[in-house]
Amino acid sequence: MSLVEATDLNVRFASGRVHAVRDASVRLEPGRCLALVGESGSGKSALARSLLGLAGPTATVTAGELRVAGQDAQGFGPREWRRVRGRHIGLVSQDALVALDPLRPIGAEITESLLAHRTVPRNRARERVVGLLTRVGVPDPEERARQYVHQLSGGLRQRALIASAIAAEPGILIADEPTTALDAAVQARVLALLNELKEQGTGLLLISHDLAVVEALADEVAVMRHGVIVETGPADRVLDDPRHAYTKELLAAVPGGRPRTNPARPSEGAPLLDVTGVVKRFAGRTAVAGVGFTLRPGETLGLVGESGSGKTTLARVVLGLARPDEGTVLLDGEPWSGVPERARRARRHTIQLVPQDPLSAVDPRWPVARIVGEALAATGVPRAERADRTVVLLERVGLSADLLDRRPAALSGGQRQRVAIARALAPEPRLLVCDEPVSALDVSVQAQVLDLLRRLQEELGLATLFISHDLAVVREVCDRVMVMKDGVVVESGPVEDVFAGPAHPYTKSLLDAVPRRARTTREPAQERL
Amino acid sequence: MRGVLTRLVSAALVVWAAATCAFLVLQLIPGDPVYAIVGSDALVSEEQHERIRAEYGLDQPLVVQYLRYVARLATFRFGDSYQLQQPVATVLADQLWPTVQLALAATALAPLLAVLVTVATSGRRNWPRRVSAAVELVVVSTPSFWLGIMLLTIFSFRLGWLPVSETGGVASLVLPTITLALPIAAVLSQVMREGLLAALDQPFAVTARARGVPETAVRYRHALRHSALPALTMAGWFTGTLLGGAVIVENVFARPGIGRVTLQAVGDRDLPVVQGVVALSAVVFVAVSVLVDLLYAVVDPRLRRRTGVQAI
Repeated sequence: MSLVEATDLNVRFASGRVHAVRDASVRLEPGRCLALVGESGSGKSALARSLLGLAGPTATVTAGELRVAGQDAQGFGPREWRRVRGRHIGLVSQDALVALDPLRPIGAEITESLLAHRTVPRNRARERVVGLLTRVGVPDPEERARQYVHQLSGGLRQRALIASAIAAEPGILIADEPTTALDAAVQARVLALLNELKEQGTGLLLISHDLAVVEALADEVAVMRHGVIVETGPADRVLDDPRHAYTKELLAAVPGGRPRTNPARPSEGAPLLDVTGVVKRFAGRTAVAGVGFTLRPGETLGLVGESGSGKTTLARVVLGLARPDEGTVLLDGEPWSGVPERARRARRHTIQLVPQDPLSAVDPRWPVARIVGEALAATGVPRAERADRTVVLLERVGLSADLLDRRPAALSGGQRQRVAIARALAPEPRLLVCDEPVSALDVSVQAQVLDLLRRLQEELGLATLFISHDLAVVREVCDRVMVMKDGVVVESGPVEDVFAGPAHPYTKSLLDAVPRRARTTREPAQERL
Repeated sequence: MRGVLTRLVSAALVVWAAATCAFLVLQLIPGDPVYAIVGSDALVSEEQHERIRAEYGLDQPLVVQYLRYVARLATFRFGDSYQLQQPVATVLADQLWPTVQLALAATALAPLLAVLVTVATSGRRNWPRRVSAAVELVVVSTPSFWLGIMLLTIFSFRLGWLPVSETGGVASLVLPTITLALPIAAVLSQVMREGLLAALDQPFAVTARARGVPETAVRYRHALRHSALPALTMAGWFTGTLLGGAVIVENVFARPGIGRVTLQAVGDRDLPVVQGVVALSAVVFVAVSVLVDLLYAVVDPRLRRRTGVQAI
């Protein structure tokens, strides 16, 4: 028996001008997981939301048939939809920090789900909340129920969000990118929880752009592109033997599924960056506790670790934005840390940053020409030459000059990151610090940006410090890797060695936590290589 | 403990800065303060003139006058009113209560009106929002003395429901409170509606709807509290409007109070009183900003750790 069944579902926005979902058909059954896969803007979320009657006030939803919990949902008014929401279909969205009300304790949020359908009398709600939190694996549930989202770790937050979604015991759970904001290890635990719910009989609609996550959970996969389901079938079949060209493209783009390029070039000469014994403390907490490494021209060093491990602080020290409490940083053999800013300013162009989220790292009111032009101006390029140089830089990162007048909001995620890279290249740096440069991008775009970064390294001989929590990405682009935990480097070495035989238990746990696309190694495309 | 000390020091700095500004500005008012003291029509001999100047310390250099003034402020002695021949402290203390009554009533009414209007007009339909936005614009743009006169004309002269001026009863407080609160409520409801609509677009609002919570409950339980944050930021402006509004409202409705005394003192160049009012306003501003910081922590748990306020 299917709990939700939709055939020929169409979702249109803005009085029909945007056709977000076209003739899609989905079936959700108890204990089964259907994964909707596709890039951002492909209509996955619009499809899922329309099953809850939450596609938004401007949306028009039509369908050949739309049955929810045995009723015809096409005739639903607000009252009928409310009876279904939470009770028959629950929703777990991305990033619990904003998906739970930050001004209310999580206990109150879960209680709200319980009382909305009067499944539990008010005087027993508290007890149920504790029970639910225990069920999703939150320790000290009674105390946690009184806490607010910002007081919980990423994993606990997401668990609390799941608890609030399953409170009224819905038969179907829509999980919209449920682990996107999480570290690998935390992600693995949340996936395990979702899997457990599935085994207990909950039907899952999983929305994800991460094929590794999909493989961990899905029984069936539907691949969406431009609002159309282009391929659908059992997960094994779709992932192993994709038939549609787009599915193949998606699978090929998965980091880790692609061959590693250039094996570590034997780099010679003096190191460009020499970090020794760096310690950085914040108000009694030691963020970086004695880290040292060197980076030679043309070399790419991966810096891996979970959030809070000190990666970003170390990057700030390297960038000369934070002064180390102990230790030194030498840039090109000369002191870099601990010298007055005036002595550093002339050399600042040598190190440039590629940020994680380019949208927040550029002025949203500036057009591309001005964003890149500013970086050129800062290095003393005369005004007359800036326009031409900007065009050259854009070409170098694979963007056309047509985009010069666009503002960041009018660019796609990949284009934005390319602009950020163009800006970083403007001062002709020798070292790039990339802080999670692709974690906000879809896989296929991710692959393109990684290709670009590699090409730039080769063409320009750039040294790169590549910070990421995504081990597959690190494996793909880095020569050497350094694993950080609690401010200390626990393991480092050539990428092949560390990934093939991790010596430190923490590295092992990190590698184990990655939802692995085991099958990609068997991909025919690769065997032919 | 250190936080309290920092607050006290910064409060003292604010009061000092306000008092200094008042002192300097009042020096710019043309005319001889002696005439303000004896009355502009009185004939004063040269000798008397000198005597009065010496008596009030006006013969001293400006710097000395300023330092004396600050010294008096620091010891809470505001001197005597030129006109009323009473200590300034007494004048203000006598007039304080009616103004406090008016301000408290308006402080209660304005947010109440704003919340009601916000919730009523943030529904799915667009037209209540448009109507209310237009009304708010008209109210904000209306000078409050005119608003007061219109209210008087309708409710007191025409309908005879409410007294024209101060009688000591609650009824005489109604029209002044409305006159003072309406423009504030109009601005607050604009800010709050903006905040409420923004909050309704947030992911947590979607989560709440996906639980099967009715739309009105999403609004009351979740979004309203979020909309209070930008409204709280307006508290400084709110205080200023209350104090400035009191001057006008008390005069229109012939109520006793600080506002009335202030207008009179400015007109008569009664400098000690004006300076006293400035110092009092500064203290009120500082007190309000402390209160608002505490309120922030009550509304937003994310700010609690910093201020040390516990959950409520």
